[in-house]
Amino acid sequence: MGLALLALATPSLATVPEVRIKVVDFEGFKKELEAQDDTVRIINFWATWCLPCLKELPDFERTARERAGNRVAFIFVSLDNAEQLDTRVIPFLREREAPARHFLLDDPGANRWIPLVSGEWSGAIPATLIYRSGKRKFHEGMMSYDELNAQINGML
Amino acid sequence: MKHLILYFAFFVSSLGLSAQQGYNVGDVAEDFRLPNIDGKLYSLADIPNAQGFIVIFTCNHCPYSIAYEDRIIALHRKYQAKGWPVVAINPNDSVVQPADSWSAMKVRAREKSFPFLYLLDERQEVFPRFGATRTPHVYVLQKQENGSLKVAYIGAIDDNHKDAGAVNEAFLSNALDALMAGKTPEPSFTRAIGCSIKVKQ
Repeated sequence: MGLALLALATPSLATVPEVRIKVVDFEGFKKELEAQDDTVRIINFWATWCLPCLKELPDFERTARERAGNRVAFIFVSLDNAEQLDTRVIPFLREREAPARHFLLDDPGANRWIPLVSGEWSGAIPATLIYRSGKRKFHEGMMSYDELNAQINGML
Repeated sequence: MKHLILYFAFFVSSLGLSAQQGYNVGDVAEDFRLPNIDGKLYSLADIPNAQGFIVIFTCNHCPYSIAYEDRIIALHRKYQAKGWPVVAINPNDSVVQPADSWSAMKVRAREKSFPFLYLLDERQEVFPRFGATRTPHVYVLQKQENGSLKVAYIGAIDDNHKDAGAVNEAFLSNALDALMAGKTPEPSFTRAIGCSIKVKQ
């Protein structure tokens, strides 16, 4: 009964057994950008149709696995079409494995929220925000394994 | 004093993006000479009766470009008659993205009956000069009395890539209407999600 109530209370939470991904608008997402604790958060903006995003994804996933439980948290934010969550995004993520949280950001008002993620972002993906409490670094474009790890080390 | 600090903070934070490479609103843009899908080379100077140009970096493959195709066609139809034609430029390298090849451009233009020039930035020299970072990425250039091209608007076409019927702010149309009325576009700079430009490896 409790679980059913939970499902009603959070209608956008897709709990396919293998893949947990939350569809949010920017209001629902922005607290992920405002954490005050000691964890280094890596927030990667990507989409299943974005070839450079897919090219860098293995390096992000590898880093997430290597650093699991070690004061880092990976968050992947898909900019796929919300209508393609079940047909495209979840099947894609089902084939992959990384300790990370997943969101699909469904909010067309990008001119409003892009600068709220970073003043350095012009809107191209892939893009990655790395932050720990007050310290923030933003990267528009692909990141190599070495760059990503250097940035994370710089935050720890 | 508080207002002064806020004003300064806003000024400094707005410098963040303008410090990047490429044109800012107010800059003079250089003309270029690029091949159109009909095989001929075109410069903006070749286009007659223009008061300005709607330069749009766009391509075949990017879902955001595809979502805006019909709107770009409509914008050209509406504004070319008033002296503001669309000039589309594909900035992508076709080795990195075969769907944006020269022949694919011709096919797409034919399929959709593109009424505007669809140029290829074949040496990838024009998009870095503009500072374009994604597709689609719009630069409105206004012809000055001395013939130079002033950048009057940079950014997004509107505020809803998904649904043309749900647009609240038609940024580009509003900017063009303002320019035609002798006013300054507001906003003159907007952002949108888009596909990164595919640079030759």
